[in-house]
Amino acid sequence: MNLLGNLSWSAIPFDQPIIMGAGGGVILAIAAVLGWVTLKGYVPYLWREWITSVDHKRIGVMYLVLALIMLLRGFSDAIMMRGQQAVAAGGAQGYLPPEHYDQIFSAHGTIMIFFVAMPLIIGLMNFAVPLQLGIRDVAFPTLNSVSLWLTASGILLINVSLVVGEFARTGWMAYPPLSEVQFSPGVGVDYYLWSLQIAGVGTLLTGINFVTTILKTRAQGMGYMRMPVFCWTALASSLMIVAVFPILTATFAMLLLDRYLGFHFFSIDAGGNPMMYVNLFWVWGHPEVYILVLPAFGVFSEVTATFSGKPLFGYRSMVAATMAICVLSMMVWLHHFFTMGASANVNAFFGMMSMIIGVPTGVKIFNWLFTMYGGRVRFTVPILWTIGFMVTFVLGGLTGVLLAVPPVDWTVHNSLFLVAHFHHVIIPGVVFGCFAGYIYWFPKAFGFKLDETWGRRAFWCWFIGFHLAFMPLYVVGLMGMTRRLQHYDVLAWRPWLLVAAAGAVVIFAGVVCQIIQFVVSIRDREALRDVTGDPWNGLTLEWSTPSPPPAWNYAFLPHVAARDAFWVEKKLAPFKQGQPTQPRKYEPIETPKNTPLGFVNAFFAVVTGFALIWHIWWMAAFGILGAFVTLLVFAFRDVEEVEIPAATIAQFDRAHPMEVAL
Amino acid sequence: MNDAVAIYDVSQEAFVPASEAGPAPKRIVVAYGFWVFLLSDIIMFSALFAAYAVLVHATAGGPTGAQLFNQVSVALETACLLVSSYTCGLMSLAVGSRRRGAVYLGALATFVLGAAFLGLELREFASMIAQGATPQRSAFLSAFFALVGCHGAHVTAGLIWLTVMMAQVAVKGFRANVQRRLACFSLFWHALDIIWVGLFTLVYLMGVAS
Amino acid sequence: MRYLPLAVLLIGAAALGGCSEGVLDPKGPIASAERLIMLNATGIMLAIVIPTILATLGTAFWFRASNLRARYMPEFVYSGRLEMLVWSIPIMTVLLVGGVTWIGSYDLDPPKPLTSAVKPVRIQVVSLDWKWLFIYPDEGVATVNHLTVPAGTPISFELTSAGVMNSFFVPQLAGQIYTMAGMVTRLNLQADHAGTYRGMSSNYSGAGFSDMHFNVDAVPAEKFAQWVTTTRTTGPVLDAKAYAELAKPSQAVAPYTYRAVATGLFGGITNFEFASTEPSPHTHHAAQRADK
Repeated sequence: MNLLGNLSWSAIPFDQPIIMGAGGGVILAIAAVLGWVTLKGYVPYLWREWITSVDHKRIGVMYLVLALIMLLRGFSDAIMMRGQQAVAAGGAQGYLPPEHYDQIFSAHGTIMIFFVAMPLIIGLMNFAVPLQLGIRDVAFPTLNSVSLWLTASGILLINVSLVVGEFARTGWMAYPPLSEVQFSPGVGVDYYLWSLQIAGVGTLLTGINFVTTILKTRAQGMGYMRMPVFCWTALASSLMIVAVFPILTATFAMLLLDRYLGFHFFSIDAGGNPMMYVNLFWVWGHPEVYILVLPAFGVFSEVTATFSGKPLFGYRSMVAATMAICVLSMMVWLHHFFTMGASANVNAFFGMMSMIIGVPTGVKIFNWLFTMYGGRVRFTVPILWTIGFMVTFVLGGLTGVLLAVPPVDWTVHNSLFLVAHFHHVIIPGVVFGCFAGYIYWFPKAFGFKLDETWGRRAFWCWFIGFHLAFMPLYVVGLMGMTRRLQHYDVLAWRPWLLVAAAGAVVIFAGVVCQIIQFVVSIRDREALRDVTGDPWNGLTLEWSTPSPPPAWNYAFLPHVAARDAFWVEKKLAPFKQGQPTQPRKYEPIETPKNTPLGFVNAFFAVVTGFALIWHIWWMAAFGILGAFVTLLVFAFRDVEEVEIPAATIAQFDRAHPMEVAL
Repeated sequence: MNDAVAIYDVSQEAFVPASEAGPAPKRIVVAYGFWVFLLSDIIMFSALFAAYAVLVHATAGGPTGAQLFNQVSVALETACLLVSSYTCGLMSLAVGSRRRGAVYLGALATFVLGAAFLGLELREFASMIAQGATPQRSAFLSAFFALVGCHGAHVTAGLIWLTVMMAQVAVKGFRANVQRRLACFSLFWHALDIIWVGLFTLVYLMGVAS
Repeated sequence: MRYLPLAVLLIGAAALGGCSEGVLDPKGPIASAERLIMLNATGIMLAIVIPTILATLGTAFWFRASNLRARYMPEFVYSGRLEMLVWSIPIMTVLLVGGVTWIGSYDLDPPKPLTSAVKPVRIQVVSLDWKWLFIYPDEGVATVNHLTVPAGTPISFELTSAGVMNSFFVPQLAGQIYTMAGMVTRLNLQADHAGTYRGMSSNYSGAGFSDMHFNVDAVPAEKFAQWVTTTRTTGPVLDAKAYAELAKPSQAVAPYTYRAVATGLFGGITNFEFASTEPSPHTHHAAQRADK
């Protein structure tokens, strides 16, 4: 019996220069960063303040860092794909053989959805929701840390697949029969499945955390209709996570049982049913895209209101639209496979439902428009992203409604028209929204704003680059080009694909601008310092705290009396001046203790996942046992909380006087 | 200013709706969150139920449920599980009144009944496999083993959890966090019972009736 | 404002560029009907979307903070009438496009036979790794990676797969339909005029997927009869042994024909009578590829 299962030196593709170069580069970069951190003596600080932190603000920042780093990986996959399709025309085979190209498009989709978009929105939710709700942390801070590090485990595994073994060559949806052992005998699909199962547990726990936090721990006086809209969208998204991620877990478990133990859920023999996978996958998959886009819509609501200098228009209908989308999103999944041969009754029903869901989305666009109407719109970078979103997303939505018509879908399903559509909604929706979000909340998190000039340059590069990269794809899709082609014979498609490749380069310039923006902002942080805590004249509670807020967020938990509580309080402040005041009595605050549970558990998750992928059974058992022992050690710890003395809190408040505080 | 408060700033309201009452106490928050987790777990089971419903007739020429299911064994398993829920309830009452002995007794009874359930189920599986009705034989059997097996895996996890909880009671006594964890365990154990009722009805009763 | 000319240019180019050889250039009744629905639905929605885009840009521009002529109305956060409008515009649009959807889903349902005085030609389609097998059960011939059909005649397809899912798609003639092992899907279409139309698989199926395209030659009816006669004279016979050979993975297969087909072959494929139980070498461990 081989001690290392299926693992051997031949798992490392020494003969493939592109992979070896990329992998080598990544390993060098990681080593360099780790080396620098160690030599500068930052390790104890990082361990104490970040890795073992259960503070939602720290966890939120870490999610965003993970997401932005993975954006670089997913984006390099995209550039490689565009590059391949720009050259592999006529008889040319391009520079990426199918075995490699097919892994790249599979990795691109998987990484962008699971390890860029999800961490982006979860990171923003983590940072902002407790502050907006007027509380000190989420309902389950330790669980929050566990979620973060499980996501990191999934990220590590999928990146290891680049150099040890291979990734799936099935597309990011991994449909059987192609993903069954018979047709995908390598480790690629196993990397996909285990990495996502592990990260999926983390995401589910986040969903549970936020549902509980938003429904059960809001500040006093903050009834449902006084909650910021971002919190409503976070609630809807979290409810959907709780509702649908278990379905993905079950579906992947079934595919794993097929692959590892020869079960017949989706095999083509012994009664298996691949169509069932397609159904189950998309019952998760459609709500997933709304899980991603609703918090982004929430960001747009906050940004539009703040930078128009007036409260959001139509709060009630925004809430209604959000919850309607939450429910309706679970009733449309079949539109992802109109071409699979369902009856006209079924196709027509799901077509209608898919159109109905366009209604609340349209309502939101109009509400943002009317928020700006009668406002004083300041064209900051977040507003640029918002307006860029509004004018672009409506066209993406249009093509979506087109795809919801089954006879139309039958002509463009799986073509580059489809690819253009979903990028046309995800990029302006989720990506622009999260970019606006991190620029908007950056000063709150770090105490200084991000440089405006480089922010603008990044926006315009992204906006122009996006259109250059994806509008031509509609054209070639209509010309009959299907997706995932490693090479093609129709030369008429090539000019369009060249324009698309140019667009990808312009987007790359945008990414470079974003990196430069970080560097310049850190360098010039004193000039960009946020001293008031309210750099944008905001409406919601987070702007009533200093930038950055103390670990305990609020020395005194706010009592809220209205929607947009901070805005109302600022308006009432002049009338309250001159009223007699008395000093506040500070109480000590108990906060949850930092713990290495999340990090150590994630380590064992990686060990278990890697072992299962390579069939190293003893190592898998060791990993599971290790995780269990870690949990036991944590469960038996004596000290759960740390008390922050009243004097510390008082001293902090005196050092950070705030004009208006609740 | 943030370090001073207006003297007349105290809000006085006779009636405060629950949604404006502020953060709930920890034991309620924990139980609520655990309930949400249980709902998500039930959704995972419903995906397995759905798969079973789709594949129930995909027997690929192999044995069907009617041919395989042993009603006596299933009835005994059901009895074990239902009674174990009762003993778990007794344990919860004992935790509430801090009666250590009764807690251990209730836990032991729950454990024994749960283990009996598992033992019967494993015996059922073994006999099916000995007859050639393995999960690899047909899609129906794959779905059966996965669904019933997933429930059994949850019961196993429950038994491990129960053991750890008794160790916690022994070492830490009835601290607040131990009580919260025991409350979560009870919810878990009762939820497994509910899922078993569904399983028993949809798989065994309907499988034999058709 | 400054990107508007660019947008017009792109949309215009798209309208022109996408016009030939694809979905917007239909050559049969099904594809024509599908194109009509697409254009109608797009027109209906653009009537809403373009004003919305203009209103967004206009509002943002007029109410910019530096514009002192714009009225600042921070209390303007609700309007019942606007809410009515804002909900009813999308609802009416959806009802309109929805009606089109509903009717179209039934009218153009792939298994629905075409109404025609001409007797349909039946073709049975099998997707293999990585080529297409077309069986003409009534004519008793078969082709690989090439279809010859009579123009002006309804073609009735029955489709299945020997393994993984594929999707049979001839954009200029009709929408696509998936092929799945153990199942039979149906599609009906017609080529109104003679011509050559491109067909493909539009569901990724592995390493040889990119080469799964084929040509559909629509020819006048007499020419089709001639073609059938000629095909029956040369070429191998498609029996179980030949099928087993064909089922082995191969890529970029040049088109050829079979002069005879074993009866019930398609039914047998659907019932897995010819399924191989060995894992097919869809993938190789990257480092173990000696021939690269």
